[in-house]
Amino acid sequence: MAKVSMTVNGKAASGDVEGRTLLSSFLREELGLTGTHVGCDTSQCGACVVHVDGKAVKACTMLALEAEGTEVATIEGQAGADGSLNTIQQAFQDHHGLQCGFCTPGMVMSAAALLKDNPQPSEQEVRAYLEGNLCRCTGYHNIVKAIMAASGQDVSGIAAE
Amino acid sequence: MPKDNPNSGGIGASPKRREDVRFLTGAGNYTDDINVHGQAHVHFLRADVAHATINSIDTSAAEAMPGVVKIFTGADFAEVGGIPCGWGVTDRHGDPQQEPRHPIIADGTIRHVGEIVAAVVANTLEQARDAAEAIDLDLGDKPAVVDMAAALAEGSTKVHEDLTSNLCYDWVFGNDDDTAVQAAFDSAAHVTTLELVNNRLVANPMEPRVAIGEYSRGTDEYTLHTTSQNPHVIRLLMCAFVLGLPEHKVRVVAPDVGGGFGSKIFHYAEEAFCTHAAKACGRAVKWTSTRSEAFISDAHGRDHVSKIELALDADNNFTALRTNTMANMGAYLSTFSTSVPSYLHGTLMAGNYKTPIVQVNVKTVFTNTVPVDAYRGAGRPEATYQLERVIDKAARELGADPIALRRQNFITQFPYETPVALTYDTGDYVATMDKLEQVADVAGFAARRAASEAKGKLRGFGVNCYIEACGIAPSNIVGMLGARAGLYDAATVRVNATGSISVFVGAHSHGQGHETSFPQVVAEMIGIDESMVDIVHGDTGRVPFGMGTYGSRSIAVCGSAMVRATEKIIAKAKKIAAHLMEASDADIELKDGQFTVAGTDKSVAWGDVTLTAYVPHNYPLEELEPGLEETAFYDPANFTYPAGAYACEVEVDPDTGKVSIERFSAADDFGNIINPMIVDGQVHGGLGQGIGQALLENAAYDADGQLLSASFMDYAMPRADDVPFYQVDHSCQTPCTHNPLGVKGCGEAGAIGSPPAVVNAVVDALQSAGQDVTHIDMPLSPARVWAAMNG
Repeated sequence: MAKVSMTVNGKAASGDVEGRTLLSSFLREELGLTGTHVGCDTSQCGACVVHVDGKAVKACTMLALEAEGTEVATIEGQAGADGSLNTIQQAFQDHHGLQCGFCTPGMVMSAAALLKDNPQPSEQEVRAYLEGNLCRCTGYHNIVKAIMAASGQDVSGIAAE
Repeated sequence: MPKDNPNSGGIGASPKRREDVRFLTGAGNYTDDINVHGQAHVHFLRADVAHATINSIDTSAAEAMPGVVKIFTGADFAEVGGIPCGWGVTDRHGDPQQEPRHPIIADGTIRHVGEIVAAVVANTLEQARDAAEAIDLDLGDKPAVVDMAAALAEGSTKVHEDLTSNLCYDWVFGNDDDTAVQAAFDSAAHVTTLELVNNRLVANPMEPRVAIGEYSRGTDEYTLHTTSQNPHVIRLLMCAFVLGLPEHKVRVVAPDVGGGFGSKIFHYAEEAFCTHAAKACGRAVKWTSTRSEAFISDAHGRDHVSKIELALDADNNFTALRTNTMANMGAYLSTFSTSVPSYLHGTLMAGNYKTPIVQVNVKTVFTNTVPVDAYRGAGRPEATYQLERVIDKAARELGADPIALRRQNFITQFPYETPVALTYDTGDYVATMDKLEQVADVAGFAARRAASEAKGKLRGFGVNCYIEACGIAPSNIVGMLGARAGLYDAATVRVNATGSISVFVGAHSHGQGHETSFPQVVAEMIGIDESMVDIVHGDTGRVPFGMGTYGSRSIAVCGSAMVRATEKIIAKAKKIAAHLMEASDADIELKDGQFTVAGTDKSVAWGDVTLTAYVPHNYPLEELEPGLEETAFYDPANFTYPAGAYACEVEVDPDTGKVSIERFSAADDFGNIINPMIVDGQVHGGLGQGIGQALLENAAYDADGQLLSASFMDYAMPRADDVPFYQVDHSCQTPCTHNPLGVKGCGEAGAIGSPPAVVNAVVDALQSAGQDVTHIDMPLSPARVWAAMNG
């Protein structure tokens, strides 16, 4: 066991972990941040996406010890202190961009990383960026729409809501 | 009918989903998020071969490993029942289906890769995994039976030695007079024949399955938290058939569940194991499936091989339809496995058409593969795919327009009795096709094809219709057909003293948005704000009874129970209001949450009446009980019949065979709609899965029974850049005639209606380039399309 320390959602966090402990396990089991979900074991589904030092990372693909000293952001830290949803979260609700909610934390965290680098992505850019995030419920329609809306684009012309 | 203000609430509005806030902020409560004090973890040692005799299992070294609590093998479950099959099909000779024992842990024989061979319970998951590696298995390999035709061949190795063969049942439905049916084909002006495969799929809800068993020595009570679409059904099956426990001592909770699509209907071995092991180990036992385990332990879907024949007269009227289908059951009979290729498939073979003679022949087959059961659509996609592909092929053979040929044969008079036992109550297939032609801009296709061809791409247009039967019922009829369960649902409406309402529903929401849509109905009936109504679901300890969510049944069946219970509430509340206003019950009206006496200015508010029900000082106690809580059970008189028409436009790259979906349009008739936003979302999701089946997904086994596509690295799930924005329209609405809301169900339509449209479009694209390609089996991967184009 080794001690690991990092900043998670702006607060200092530390714990004792095995060398093989994944960042996703540390967040879920040590810190109780169960919003980060694990939907596969091959780094394909993206339900576990968090930000490490500002970059989108699949938390199932990083050892907890590798996150030593980093700034980690998870879905639990995205809403305002008063509970108000951020722009991306609000767009997902407004445009019905989630159903069962299991992939949603990863989708929101990936969308945030996309919009940081590309504030006005085209439909094709959004779809391409979501290559690493699987959703089984929505057929992606309203996820893509929500992300475009969150970037300030007019999505009223997109078919069928 | 959409409201002027979509956020105003009530039926027909699209308020934002209330469940979203917790899911968007990481505050959901999925089963794996739950940890019980003192819990142990189980790791299942699963078979890595498809067929073998277990000569011996030596667990002694593993038992000595650090942290191990207890190791279970098949011998520990010898006295426990097997997992039951919920539907007994009677074959064409009047004999029952062959029904093998389905053990919790393999009992001497391994019959599929992924079957549980031993279970290691340890303090930590890592300890359990490490110990499992120390178990010494001595196996005697047996030949694997994988291919269905080979499994049925004389002399095949048997999956179950105690059965007479690998045939589960040989079933005929519809017109069972072979001579008469053959005569219809012999006298036809044209017969179109097509052999096709409905590819095996894995449901893959994003949340893997989880089970946590607990046992209280003090009260002799069990609690099972599980990822289920129907916790009451799990409790019944597990208590009555597997563990032999009294139901009142067992609570089953399915909290937030991350998608199901059918795969979380069934009672699984892991649920019974964790419940049983919690008592045996004296502590809670938790199991969380990995995705790799899910691929080899969740029930798979589809896997039919069919020969479909369509007879037409000289005027292109359909005169007879016949299918011969083989359906894979896998190694054991999962909960509803036998109903899928029989009653959920055969009854839909008439489709939207007035074909007078329909004969359905189905052989179900045991193989050394994962059990196969219902997956979104369950039998209806398999029927629709055969029917809509053979019609398209017929149109091409006859030089007929595929839309015109369908229109000519539409059922137009309702109610309509099909030759395959259903009575369609309402529908308007002409209207949905009219709407589709408009939404899909059929008129503009030629220009779009020209534009694609100018880029060196082939463009194809494919259309199909579908009908589905939702809310399977009534119980007495399905009982005669072999169902071993009732198919009603239940709701309890509990009005609190201050007027807020909890509705306890038997339906389970795992993405469908019931927490938003169900309160819309109750709030509208009473005339109060939706925020005053909550639903409670997914917990047998809180919800009195229910049959769960599958088969697009929630609003049609459970919603109807909720309406009936609310009607009882309103009737009683009117009596209380009548007493308060010294009027007759019959004169009381309820509008906008106010009770009034007709023809007077007297009124009393909803909250005053509810408070009076619980503080009955001024109350007719001699005539009326205090309190305001009512339960209703609702058993539908018939299925509901959503229907529609779908169109797909594809581009095919002739150099690579890659297919891209350029447009997908859907015109659905779901009857009345409670929440249009949620309905659109359900259709989008179904389309995504249907396109996935058509282009990408395939659960492929090798000849040894190894699943080759057993991870997301190998099983091609649809991703965001595989699909387009969809054009979805549900303005055609013929309300259901036999339920109080006039609703039909919308959960499976997209998955049922989309695969044939995609394949029809690809065939159209290839034929537009002069290719003599009449069929390609799904998934239409670049390799398969390229091969079809290049001989």
